[in-house]
Amino acid sequence: MARESKSEEAVTPPPAAGMGDAALLKELVAHLRENRTELREEWARRISDADLLTAMTPDEIFSEATAVYDNYVDALETGSVEALQAYARDLSERIIPRGVETHEVLGIVLLLRDVLARSLFEKYRADPDLLNRILDAYEPAANRIAVTVGVSFVQERERVIRQQQEAIRELSTPVLQVRERLLILPIIGVLDAQRARQLTEQLLQAIRANRAKVVVIDITGVPDIDSAVANHMVQLVKASRLMGASVIITGLSSEIARTLVTLGVDLSSMRTVGDLQGGIEEAERQLGYALPAFDDDLDDELA
Amino acid sequence: MPVPILKQGDFLIATVQSALSDREVLQLQDDLAERVGTFRSQGVILDVTALDIMDSFVSRAFRAMALMAKLKGAETVIVGIQPEVAFALVQLGLTLEGVNTALDLEEGLAFLRGLAKRRRDGR
Amino acid sequence: MGDEVRVPIASDLDIVVARAEGRKMALQTGFSHTDATLVATAISEVARNILTHAREGLVSITASIGDDFAEIQVVATDEGPGIRDLDLAMRDGYSTSGGLGLGLPGIRRLMDEFQVSSEEGKGTEVSMTKWRRL
Repeated sequence: MARESKSEEAVTPPPAAGMGDAALLKELVAHLRENRTELREEWARRISDADLLTAMTPDEIFSEATAVYDNYVDALETGSVEALQAYARDLSERIIPRGVETHEVLGIVLLLRDVLARSLFEKYRADPDLLNRILDAYEPAANRIAVTVGVSFVQERERVIRQQQEAIRELSTPVLQVRERLLILPIIGVLDAQRARQLTEQLLQAIRANRAKVVVIDITGVPDIDSAVANHMVQLVKASRLMGASVIITGLSSEIARTLVTLGVDLSSMRTVGDLQGGIEEAERQLGYALPAFDDDLDDELA
Repeated sequence: MPVPILKQGDFLIATVQSALSDREVLQLQDDLAERVGTFRSQGVILDVTALDIMDSFVSRAFRAMALMAKLKGAETVIVGIQPEVAFALVQLGLTLEGVNTALDLEEGLAFLRGLAKRRRDGR
Repeated sequence: MGDEVRVPIASDLDIVVARAEGRKMALQTGFSHTDATLVATAISEVARNILTHAREGLVSITASIGDDFAEIQVVATDEGPGIRDLDLAMRDGYSTSGGLGLGLPGIRRLMDEFQVSSEEGKGTEVSMTKWRRL
């Protein structure tokens, strides 16, 4: 796409009447490029007046502002948002860790839009018809840009939040080794499909790493135990069994168990015990850690 | 490459390699059937530690092997199913119900010895 | 923007090749070991279905990485007898034994997206994908 060469004159000649939108766009892009320095400064001023981007230093704001300005004008010119999207994603990746928020990003883009709009207004206000046509060319393009930058930022933010949630999920389900060959897995919080899967993977790895023979899973802390959750547990139990580990579920009240069975959940593969303590005792029994029965012979010896 | 089968006392230990084609599975079935009979083995260990994929064919074949061995007086234990494999099997709905499983060779042997002891003690 | 591997299926040895390729590609595309195993297992199942019901066919595996997503797509095609009752074949019986039939519900559980198209007497195509966000 051929770029309009910068005019040598201080003032560009007014466009002929009846010029199409494309030509008008070219014209206003040229104006925005010519007056880049002062418009950018105006914009930076408005940003600090509005108390935006307080997390960034003036130097940082300046360099990002330059890049945003140039990308903005390029996008106006080409009508293509792809390059802008890529830049916006990149920018978001940089500023999100700095604590920049959505309203700030939208704010500065809209301020830029306003600064440029006013500059156009200033330039063409002598001719209201022309001004209208210039704005007709500018506004849809400027709005598309604002939306693109806003959406890119929000998407990047959502991606970061997802990653953080993922990390929290992993941290919040520790598999504890309490005795040799015995693992305890206390589950706290909602157990959705994704979490159940993650838990299962973690547990199976732990069974191998710790050579566990018995696993006690406590679901006292799981708020809603419905048939979906129960089925996740059944799968967990079956997978553990394939690795030679037996599973004891604790914290499943007999009431809920009855409900689940009537819902058609097959609990036959699960060994359930009321509470965690009881579950651990059962596990120790299974592992042969139970206290030996009182020995009569020994008593005789001591007498 | 046929799956190597070692005799360890009353037990047979078949150690599966990483890539198991259908024909190798069928070969293993035949080999085991023959040897359980020949040695009057009390137990069979199928070690699948090296198997990175178990599908429905292998799963069914292993169940068939366990059943065959049982008919000939031997108990079977499958050992060494890897976490990812266990996960995939359960997703597929192949839970090897009715087949003994243990974590590894050591556990498998302990299991079989325990069974043999109970048999001897008349339990 | 994707790598494609095509494995013709005509014998049980081809099943081994196809699933090994699938596993390798999944790992190369950055999927976890568990996901790679799921993909490989799914490939093994559809390849076996080809062998059992159509005697020969093709498994094609494509890995691609975009801006937001990475994915592995597996397409298994054959010109076999086709599936007479697709609805029935897709019904979740969750069978653990026997394993008569195609086991499609089970295979679907292994993957994220799953589609079957089949015409009696013409052939079958199973297309399935595993993806993750980047």
